[in-house]
Amino acid sequence: MWYYEKKLQYPANVSRTDLGMAKFLYAQYGGPDSELSAAVRYLTQRYTMPIPQAKAVLTDIGTEELAHWEIIGTLIYKLTDGATPEQMRRAGVGNYYAQHDKALYPADAAGVPWTAAYIQSTGDPIADLHEDMAAEQKARTAYEHLINLTDDPCVIAALSFLREREVVHFQRFGETLMLVREYLDKKHVY
Amino acid sequence: MYSKDMMNLLKEIMAVDFVLYELGLFLDTHPNERRALEDHNNFAKKSHQLKTAYEEKYGPLHINSISGFPYQYINDPWPWEIQYLGRESDVVL
Repeated sequence: MWYYEKKLQYPANVSRTDLGMAKFLYAQYGGPDSELSAAVRYLTQRYTMPIPQAKAVLTDIGTEELAHWEIIGTLIYKLTDGATPEQMRRAGVGNYYAQHDKALYPADAAGVPWTAAYIQSTGDPIADLHEDMAAEQKARTAYEHLINLTDDPCVIAALSFLREREVVHFQRFGETLMLVREYLDKKHVY
Repeated sequence: MYSKDMMNLLKEIMAVDFVLYELGLFLDTHPNERRALEDHNNFAKKSHQLKTAYEEKYGPLHINSISGFPYQYINDPWPWEIQYLGRESDVVL
């Protein structure tokens, strides 16, 4: 089970209101390679992992992704804090205001709602771990795109932290893949 | 709302817990690395000490923490409402 802890994994700040950047950050809040997709993907795939290391890695990275989802949510919340409907309309997010005001909603940067079709869970640990490694790379490049879209040093610091985490997760998934392969090879040699 | 002292202690907890988590994740795939395990256990102790000190002064971080009356877990600020001053690297471990 899970308990909430009243803290973020990283102290996410913003320097100023930036409605355009808030919109772009939705890529990582409810897009295909978002933190939400990552959390649901790993926490769903973990049940059919064959070795303790893999069950632990998917549980712990899946949980960390929820903490990253919260960091992205915090950035969006802070970037939109205090904005008026007029400002939102001028920034090109009047359509968002019409449906959600300034509430967070799991959709991508173009407004497409999050869907479980973004993830797979095959029951084959080799296939699932390859998907996970690809997902980390796609998220890593998404963070680089997002960093290119802002000059706010606070937002860049938080996005750089999240980008680094994708690199670490890729490493841990790669190690897990090797351990699962070793296990499956041993199992089938008589 | 919240004081600078409260935020500094919270940021120290955040930094220590990040190290603790990162060591734990490393140990998930390297369970026989004794040095990493020793570091992990030392940071687990440090985290527990800091959280005990924080909760005594500023209230519960968890729904299952001991609370004064009235129940303080619900109190603002929630993590997304805090203006975290300074840089993360300002926290000295």
